[in-house]
Amino acid sequence: MSIKIGIPRALAYYAYFPFWKEFFQELGLEVIVSQATTKQILDNGVKESVTDACVPIKLFHGHVYDLKDKVDYIFVPRIVSVNKEKTVTFCPKFLGLPNMIKSSMTGLPPLLDTRIDLKKGKGELFKVCYRLGRKFHATLFTIIKAYLRGRKAQARYQRLLNKQYTPVEALNLMEGKETPSFDSKQELIFAVLGFPYTVYDKFVNVDIINKLRKLGIKVLTAEMVPPKILLQQAKKVPKNLFWNFGNQVVRAALYYLDNFKVDGIIHVTAFGCGPDAMVDKMIELEAKQRGKVPFMSVTIDEHTGEAGLMTRLEAFVDMLVLRRGLS
Amino acid sequence: MKITFPYMGTSHIAFKMLVKDLGHEPVVPPKPSKRTLTYGTQYSPEFACLPFKILLGSYLEAIEKGAELVITSGGAGPCRAGYYGVLHQKILQDLGYDTKIMVMESPYRNIFDFLGKIKAVIGPSGVSWWTFIKMFKKAWEKLKVLDETEFLSHQIRPFEVNKGETTKVFNKCLEIIDEAYTLAEILEAREITGKMLNNIPQDRNRRVLKVGIVGEIYVVLEPFANHDIETTLGEMGVLTHRSIYLSDWTRENTGYESTESVIKAASPYIDELFGGHGICSVGHSVLYAKKGFDGVVQLAPFSCIPEIVAKPILAKVTEDHGIPVLTIFLDEQTGKAGLQTRLEAFVDLLAQKRSRLEEIAI
Repeated sequence: MSIKIGIPRALAYYAYFPFWKEFFQELGLEVIVSQATTKQILDNGVKESVTDACVPIKLFHGHVYDLKDKVDYIFVPRIVSVNKEKTVTFCPKFLGLPNMIKSSMTGLPPLLDTRIDLKKGKGELFKVCYRLGRKFHATLFTIIKAYLRGRKAQARYQRLLNKQYTPVEALNLMEGKETPSFDSKQELIFAVLGFPYTVYDKFVNVDIINKLRKLGIKVLTAEMVPPKILLQQAKKVPKNLFWNFGNQVVRAALYYLDNFKVDGIIHVTAFGCGPDAMVDKMIELEAKQRGKVPFMSVTIDEHTGEAGLMTRLEAFVDMLVLRRGLS
Repeated sequence: MKITFPYMGTSHIAFKMLVKDLGHEPVVPPKPSKRTLTYGTQYSPEFACLPFKILLGSYLEAIEKGAELVITSGGAGPCRAGYYGVLHQKILQDLGYDTKIMVMESPYRNIFDFLGKIKAVIGPSGVSWWTFIKMFKKAWEKLKVLDETEFLSHQIRPFEVNKGETTKVFNKCLEIIDEAYTLAEILEAREITGKMLNNIPQDRNRRVLKVGIVGEIYVVLEPFANHDIETTLGEMGVLTHRSIYLSDWTRENTGYESTESVIKAASPYIDELFGGHGICSVGHSVLYAKKGFDGVVQLAPFSCIPEIVAKPILAKVTEDHGIPVLTIFLDEQTGKAGLQTRLEAFVDLLAQKRSRLEEIAI
């Protein structure tokens, strides 16, 4: 029987899952992902975490809880940096994640709390992989192979994102599942921005993307901007934000504002999210400065109701339709 | 030029002198008040932390008084405080003010940027580098005296015979220090204020509880943000020990002293620096437990990320070391009465715990 590695379907999952899935499978381990968020997962998360944490962190606790009796290890890496930008790291909650989990939850299988800090140089990711691989007694050759396969999977994932699939659709495609196509007579284009774990967890944001699509809106997100183009936007900001995902969102907003002429921006943010308080205001001011592009900020938490959000989305869309003189 | 700076605790007394010495006109923002907070809250993002809102409010009040330049500190993250300057500037711009915010980043990050900014301040008024260094050292001395005086006042308050006397004397001490201008005067002020505080009638036989205060720097340092928590506790007969003072904060951040022992104390729980004073909150709590303190109060602004990460870890510290920790998240809605009730309950529990332990010992 092979060893089972559990990966919570939360936080960094939406950004880096293809790499880790391929890597662990190539090492001969079985990868088990927690199920898509449900009311039960959210409730467990709320129960297991501190009250002051934001909803994505509570969800992460819930997903770990979902995995705890199903797997031998849970993969909770401490993600410090993912590229060479020296001043950029992650939200403190990512930096302290394994410690938070260990302090507030009991009865867990061992955590794989590898430190991922890639700003030091090119070979860092391989070193991380090597340490992980050795833990499971893999040979150097297997580790190299697994690492390369992982990189390849991640690259393929990125190509799908660049074709304007959402991460969830891209992951489905990679597993050979069909994704629904949408009619092409969408007239309005919205940028729906936010951290991947708030934008793509359709339970907690009551499926905002598909709701907009049903209203006839073409939805673009931060992940759909190729990384190179995102990086080019950096020079438009006086000082980089400290958070990788925060930077992505601000840069994507600038790209969509300057180069793409979107009709509106919706910022999806979690209640009490620290970095987002700054990000939200930045986007608001930038949108105002550049030709008053309509901007709406949607705050989600564990009580977000479907009807309330729908009303706001409809009102926002109606306003834009009126403004553009569309029918 | 009319220069203003953030209002934090008693530090404005030293900064005021420094700005004046450098040939500019200091604009001291009014002591933060309800009005400051209303101003700040109105223009800040909803989930920005309390210090962001108070600072924005006090900048606006200082601008009303004619300030043309704000000098503040930067940071390297991942705590939000390092980004305050940029966002404050954008908000002021959006409101139609042309006041500039000068953010002093760590000299280790970019030494030329650091020196360039100092040059931009001292250049126009013809102050030489040598004078600047001398004036800076003098302001530093004053800051240390201010911190020492405040520290002493918290040591004496729980023993005072007449309730409220320490606070009165302390306010007088601040006036004296404010008036001291030369280095000799500052040192003399130190002597005088020390004597004044020590001369307060005290009942040294009183048995007091000892509580350590940890948390985010601004809400720990600024009494308006924490509703005078140290005075409140002191008057309940609790000896408070604060883990952060500005003079040692500045010292460790410019490389003179390391927080090694604090980080070492925190290392069994967390060995990653996760921004702000999160790791110090953990480390200091462990050290307070080892020094036999009765309890710890953790202060943090609502939605403060590093302190939220520290909170579950502190629960673990309580479990291992048996030191009770009360976490208080502060925001613009926090009321003094509610806070007072929570503190009284906490102190009652600590007193009961203490007397139970003493019974067992007998």
